[in-house]
Formats: sequence, C-alpha cells, structure tokens
Amino acid sequence: MRDQLQRIQQWAERRLPALTRHRRLEELPIELHRRRVYILPTGFGVAFTLLLLVMLIGSLNYSNNAALLLTCMLGSATAISMLVAFRTLNGLRVRGLRAGHATAGQPIDVTFDFEATRLRQAVRLDIADGTRAFDVQGRTDVTVSIPTERRGWLSMPRFCIWTTWPLGLFRAWSWMHPHYAVLVWPRPELSGPAPTLPVEDHRRQRLHRGEDLAALRDYRSGDSMRHVAWKASARHESLLVKDYEQPEARQEWRLDWRQLRGMDNEARIARLARWLGEAQSQGRQWSLWLPNEVIELGDGPAHYARCMSALALLP
Amino acid sequence: MIGFRRHRRAPVRLSDRSFGLLCLTTAFVLAVHAAHLPLWLTAALTAALALRWWQRQHRPGRIPGWLKVPALLLLVAAIILDYGNVFGRDPGSALACGLLVLKLTESEGPRDARVAAAFACFLLMAALLFGQGLIATLVVALGLLPALTTWRSLEPTQIPVNLPRQLLPALVLLVTSLPLTLTAFVLVPRLNSPLWGTSTQQAAKTGLSDQMSPSDFTELLTDDSAAMRVSFDGTPPPKNQRYFRAYLMWDYNGKDWTRRNDSPSVPAAIEAGSTIDYHISLEPTHQHVLPTLDMPLHAPAQSQMHADGEVFADKSVDEVLDYTLRSALRYRYQATLEPATRMLALQLPSDFDPRTHALAAQLRQRYGSDNGAIIRAVLQMFHDGGFSYTLLPAPLGHDAVDDFLFNTREGFCEHYASSFTVLMRAAGIPARVVTGYQGGFWNNVGQYLLVRNSDAHAWSEVWLDGRGWVRVDPTAEVRPQRINLGADAAGSNPLLPWYESGLWESMRNHWDIVNRWWNEGVIGFDALRQRGLLTPFGIRELDTGTLEKLLAISMAVFGVAGLSWALWRRPEGDPALAAMRALERKLAHAGIARGRSEGPQNYLRRAIRALPAQRAELDQLMRCYIDLRYATVVPSPESLRTFRRAVRNFQPRRVV
Repeated sequence: MRDQLQRIQQWAERRLPALTRHRRLEELPIELHRRRVYILPTGFGVAFTLLLLVMLIGSLNYSNNAALLLTCMLGSATAISMLVAFRTLNGLRVRGLRAGHATAGQPIDVTFDFEATRLRQAVRLDIADGTRAFDVQGRTDVTVSIPTERRGWLSMPRFCIWTTWPLGLFRAWSWMHPHYAVLVWPRPELSGPAPTLPVEDHRRQRLHRGEDLAALRDYRSGDSMRHVAWKASARHESLLVKDYEQPEARQEWRLDWRQLRGMDNEARIARLARWLGEAQSQGRQWSLWLPNEVIELGDGPAHYARCMSALALLP
Repeated sequence: MIGFRRHRRAPVRLSDRSFGLLCLTTAFVLAVHAAHLPLWLTAALTAALALRWWQRQHRPGRIPGWLKVPALLLLVAAIILDYGNVFGRDPGSALACGLLVLKLTESEGPRDARVAAAFACFLLMAALLFGQGLIATLVVALGLLPALTTWRSLEPTQIPVNLPRQLLPALVLLVTSLPLTLTAFVLVPRLNSPLWGTSTQQAAKTGLSDQMSPSDFTELLTDDSAAMRVSFDGTPPPKNQRYFRAYLMWDYNGKDWTRRNDSPSVPAAIEAGSTIDYHISLEPTHQHVLPTLDMPLHAPAQSQMHADGEVFADKSVDEVLDYTLRSALRYRYQATLEPATRMLALQLPSDFDPRTHALAAQLRQRYGSDNGAIIRAVLQMFHDGGFSYTLLPAPLGHDAVDDFLFNTREGFCEHYASSFTVLMRAAGIPARVVTGYQGGFWNNVGQYLLVRNSDAHAWSEVWLDGRGWVRVDPTAEVRPQRINLGADAAGSNPLLPWYESGLWESMRNHWDIVNRWWNEGVIGFDALRQRGLLTPFGIRELDTGTLEKLLAISMAVFGVAGLSWALWRRPEGDPALAAMRALERKLAHAGIARGRSEGPQNYLRRAIRALPAQRAELDQLMRCYIDLRYATVVPSPESLRTFRRAVRNFQPRRVV
C-alpha cells in the first residue's frame, strides 16, 4: 500500500510538473504562503465527515432540531479547524539553515531557523524518514539529523513541513527544497600506519626534547629520578620534574598526498583523514599537501575543519 | 496526492492528559444518557470507567483480551435481557454507551483516542433524541468541549497548560463556529417526510386518544412538541374561543371515559351564527381523528364528518396533514334530543360515587327544573370550593369523582371535565366529555397559532332544552389562566408559599420565556417554518431548490470570510515610516509638502520655519523620528508608540 502510494507519487511528479513545481530548488529564506500550502482531510477527517453526514441525516430524519444544531456546530468547528490548520503554516518562514560537521556515514545535524509572527503549534517536519514536532514562536531553532553516505557536498533533501493542528482532521503541508548543501567530511580509515616522518625530523625531535626544560611540574611518585629538576627544586618547596609531554614538544606533521602513492584516491583520503584526526587529538601542528592545494602549518579545530573540508572536496 | 506519504512511527502511548480528557468525555456521555439508561447499566459503566482510569494511573497497560471479550458478551446479554433486543433507539444507545466504555479499556494509542472521542460525539448527539430541551442541549454542547480538547491534546505541542486553560480553545472554537452553525441550521432543507421509519418511537409518543384516562393526559400535558399549526383567514378567534374538538366521550365506567364507535346522535342541521375559515397543518398522530375548531360545517377532503362534529380521516395521519375547514363559533345544534341519545347522555355506572349522586339530588331539589342554575351552582362550587389546578394530583380511589369533589380537590382538566359531566348526568342533565386542544401559542412572525400536545384539554358539553349542546369548561372556573394563557400558566399553584412568590415566580416566568423561545425558535423550526422564512421579504413559499441556493450562497459568503481571515496577514513594513508618512500628509495639508529628495531633518526644519508657533512640537517629533530611524537597529516599541501618538496628536496650525 505504502509502496504503491509512493509509486503513484513519483509518477505524478514525473507526469505533472505543474503540480510539482515545488521541486525546484529555492533560495532561502523561504516563506510559506497560500500558493504552496496544501490541505486535505486526514483519514480520520474523512471518517469524521462521514460520521457527521450520518448525524445530519439522522437528525433530519427524526426532525430533531437540537441534534441538527449540534451537528451543524460540529461541522462548522471542523471547517474552522481547516482554516486554523492552514493558518498554522501560512506565513511561517525558514530564515536559514546551519549545518554541523559530520563524517560520511554519521548523521549530520542541520539546524532550521524558523520564524513566525504568531505562535504556531504542533508543526511537524518530515525529513529523511524522520519526523520532528515543534512549536514556533518568534524565532525557533529546530535541529534534525540527516544521514550521510559519501563525502562531499550533500544537497538538502526535499522536506515536508506539515501540521494536523488543531484537531487532527486536516493535514496542511508544504514541500520545501532549499538551495542548500552541507559538506560531509570523508570517513577516516579505522587503522593504519602513522605518517612516515623524514629522518632529520627524528633527530630534531630528540634535540627538541632535550632542550625543552621550561615546563616543570610537581613530582609524582613513580617519576624517574633522572627527570627531577634539582636546581629548580632547590629554589622551591617541593620537587619539580621536567615534563617532556608538553604539546609544544610535539613535532609537526607534514601530511602529503604524494607520500601515499600506490593507493586509490578514497583510501588516500581516508588515511589523510585519520591522520588529521590523530594530529588534532594529539595537539600537533600539521600541514596538508594536496594535489591542488597546500594548507600551511596550523592547529586547532578551525584548521582541522579547513583540512577536512579540503579533503571532502577532492575530486 | 503527494501528501499521503506515510511514515512509520513508533507506537506512541497516549498521554495521561489525553486519557483523562477522554475519560471526562465518556463521563459526560454517561451523564447525558443516565436519564434513560437503566440504573444498573449506568452504575456498572461508571464503575468500569472509574476502574479503568484508576488502573491506567497505577498499573499502566492494556486490559487483556480474555477480559474484554466476556465483558462485551456480558454487555450484549444484559441489554437483550433488559430491553428484549439490541435494535432501536433505547437499547441501541445503551449498547453504544457500553461499547464506548469498552473502547476506553483498550485505548492506549492516539488513534484509539481519536476514534473514541468521535464516537462520543455521536453518542452526545444521540442523547438529544431522548429530549431536546434547552438545558439538555446546552449540557450536550458542553460535552463537546472535552471531546474536541481530547483531539487537540493528541497534537504534539510542547506548551504545557492546565486543564481549564486547555478546555478554553475548544470553547473559543465552538463560539466562533456559532454564526456558521446558525446559518446552516436555518437553511439546511428539512425533510418533508422521514427517509426511514421513525414510527416506532412516534407511535409511542402520547397523543389524544379515544379513551380518557388520567395517566395519558399527564404525559400529554407535559409534552411540548407541536400538535398542529392553525392559520386563519381574517382575524383569529379570541383566546377563550380557541377550542379544538377531537373526540366526544359518551361512556363512563367509573374510571375512564370512552368514545362510542357508533355515534348515538342523529345528524342534524347546524344553525350557524358566525363562521370562520381556517387552515390546519396537523402533525402526525397515527390516528384518524382531525381536530376542528369548535363545530365544523363540512368535512375536508378524504375524511368523514360524524354526527356531533367529529371528523375522521380515511387513513391514519402518519405524515403532516394539511386541511382547510369552515367552522361555526356560535351555533345551535340538536335543539331537540332523541330519547335514545338522551338515555346515553345520562347513563352512569351504578355503585359509584354515592356522594356525587347525593349532591346532584340536593342541587336538583334546590333549583327545581332550572338546569342553567344547577350548572352555575356547580361552576360556582369549583370556583369557590377550594379546588386547585395541578398536573400532579393525588391518586383517586374507587369512587373517583367522590374522592375528587370532596377530598382531594386538586387535578387538571380531565378531572374537572369528568366530575362535572358525572355531576350533570346525576342531576339529570344530558352531558358528554369532549377532548381536544385549547389555546395555543400565537406566532406573530408566522401569523399562525401553534397548538402543542401540552395544549390538550378536556371539557364538557351539556344539552339544554331549546339551545342544544352547549360547551361548558369547568377548568376555566378553577384556573382562568388555563384558558386565557395556556397550559403552562395554569400549572402553577395560586396559593404559593413565600419562596415561590415574587422573585422566584418572575424568574420562573422568564425561564419559561427562554424555554418557549427555544421551543419556538429551535425545536419547532420545521419544514413549514422554514418555508415561511422569507415571508417578511415578500417570498411566501421557499421551496427546497431556493433553500439549497440560499445555503450555497451563504456558505460561499462564510467561505470567503473565513479565507480572508486565514489569509490575512499583519501589514508588514516599517511602522515608524508609516507614522512619518502620516505626518507628511498632515503637513502637506498645511502647505508644506516634502520634496522628492528632501531628508527628514531638512524637511522638518523647513516645517519649523513655516510653523514657528509649533516649534517645540515639531522639534520633538524630528528628534524622535531621527532616533527611531538611526539610533538603534531595532527601535524600542515604547519610543515607537510615543512617536505615533505624537504624530496622531499633531495638528498643524497655520499662522496667517
């Protein structure tokens, strides 16, 4: 049944482009208005209408005017609920979208920035087989997760904003397809070799370690006696130990695409992504050398994001 | 089309609030049906409802199937035992109430709750089939609130509210729907005849019968539904002459009066005085008799007139029947009486009412052969003898008339007509009981007389030598209001205790007016009234086609109004700029128009030079506007308000 409906829907979208103009990409912000809000009774609404008809015929048949009045009242309330459903969506704006970061295969968080002058209750957002319900008053952020598969640009899927407010008798909906894409980072490989470092780098590392006596910390039991900074401790109340595990002491990595010869592109990207992750978690500085771009030495989340984005955009 | 994409959702558990609202709705349904459900069923269903509510609060979960199926079987069996079957209005609604409570025991998801609340709406409407009084209808409409709120509570909104606040939007919704409701109610074409048999319940309804026994009449006198509607050619007769005769009762068995199938009278010519032409629209009675105003001069089509002016249709009146008649209001009929008829008109059962017989003999002795004097004396006795009018009289014993005349002295028309006739016969004056309708409500808008079943009445006719049959209404002696104002007015006791007098009485009267308005305007708004809807506008008869057109037009009007409400948006734009434009218009009116490329500061400076008397005011306006436009990104609403008020109050005074 569900598949059939979807097939019919796909057919309609193919054959009746006039009805499906909402499939075009649109620029943000998007404001819902009467030309793009559709409304139909829900299944329950249809059933209730039939019940109202039965009540109408019954009360007319028994010429029971009080029952007729009640039926008319319920019918009018139903009609008004249709207008209320429409009003819930009419004038609702999506001001913008903000995407978080995610690697391929992980869901990515996309935040919708909704705006409405009036309170809109029980608005629902269908995106990527999930439904979120929320109220909009003033400006409201709604975050949804969208599954990702591949690195690179992921266009926002078409999504549906709908509501059955207030009584669940009518469903008002509108499709949106904003011109917006989120960048999905490559997925790092799970394990592999560390980046090969040039030999002189090893020497420099040792030298570096020997020189760096600036960082001292309190003695902890188990510290080697050879690492105790005796001179410094003499001027201090407690023992001080030379600390060699300072991040600054870490040697920078030069991550080069060309080092990874003999692998296919995706594997190279996955490895570089893993190295980037390791460098970031170890607090190293690194530079990234790609075929078309060189990202100079740097560190921190912004640098990491820049490098990952560059990797994601590799052909 | 595209909207029907379904989504798999995890089964959502009904929230406690929604379930509570559903229970409240069900409780309402049980309350409005309690009046006609058997007591045991109401008690059992209420207990089941309370139990289910408690169970869900403390031990959440569905009721197991092995408990539900026997409960259903038990319900059906109990209803069959009590009513005999499960079809028809009463057992049907009892079964439906039971099913609603059973549905509640398995309601765990939003879908169940929706269905149950819709079913509750249907049951609320069904309650009106048992009585459509104002109070009942209001209570039922109130019952819609929890039902609508249940639906509302199923929508996923995050704003928490307490119960009264939650019920409020449903009330607002119902109130907003009132104009549309009333229009639809007035214009929905009524059926001229029912689509399917409603006879089972209509036949059970009381109506005049060819037998007069006390219980029938009490039911009849409290039945406010319409019996017939009468329109007159020319002026309607005065109130005290609106007697519609239906049956003549000849035979008395000590308890009941019955009609004779073979009329004892010989038809005789009616010597008519003033006559009146009128038209009657009779509600279905499922009987043959056609009530006529006083003494009819001919029978309408497809009916027969018996001697003494009883008119019977050829077939029973199962639908609204219209007939036109001419009647005599003053007449002389059967100036001489056949001996056989005379015998019948004097016949009384033996072994009944000895004291009445004694009283009659005493009267006869005192007044001799003056029948008129005897009648006057008896009426005087009713008037002064401590008799009272009540619809709930004390029960009478074996000698009913004796009991009534000498002990209880309270009753309604039937008691008075019966005892008066017995007394007359005992005194040797030929007499008979007449039942029919008296009074009615004059509808000024529709220009017709609405006669209700509660206007049913009984009176006497006595035969006087030379004058023939003469109408005597003993009830009029006890309660003249009954004749002049109608049955409702007569119901109240004249000797009121203090708490029933004054304010209370006036409140009751007002309430009665409200009720009457309800009966007239809503319950009595039938096909006939609907057809006469546009009479003030010159359209005498509205046919169904016109009604449908009117309905369509008004629905379109409401549709346009509703759509413009739905599509209306707060005018967007800069309010400060709008206020500035208003100021410019005012200044332009005074001859200071803003140049095409003139900045606000320049412009207002120029205005200050032109209107030096208002320098301070204009200066203030200018500062205010500049601040609003350029000082902050989002101006504070207060300064905006100040500026707009200042613009509104500003009036340029031209200095010549």
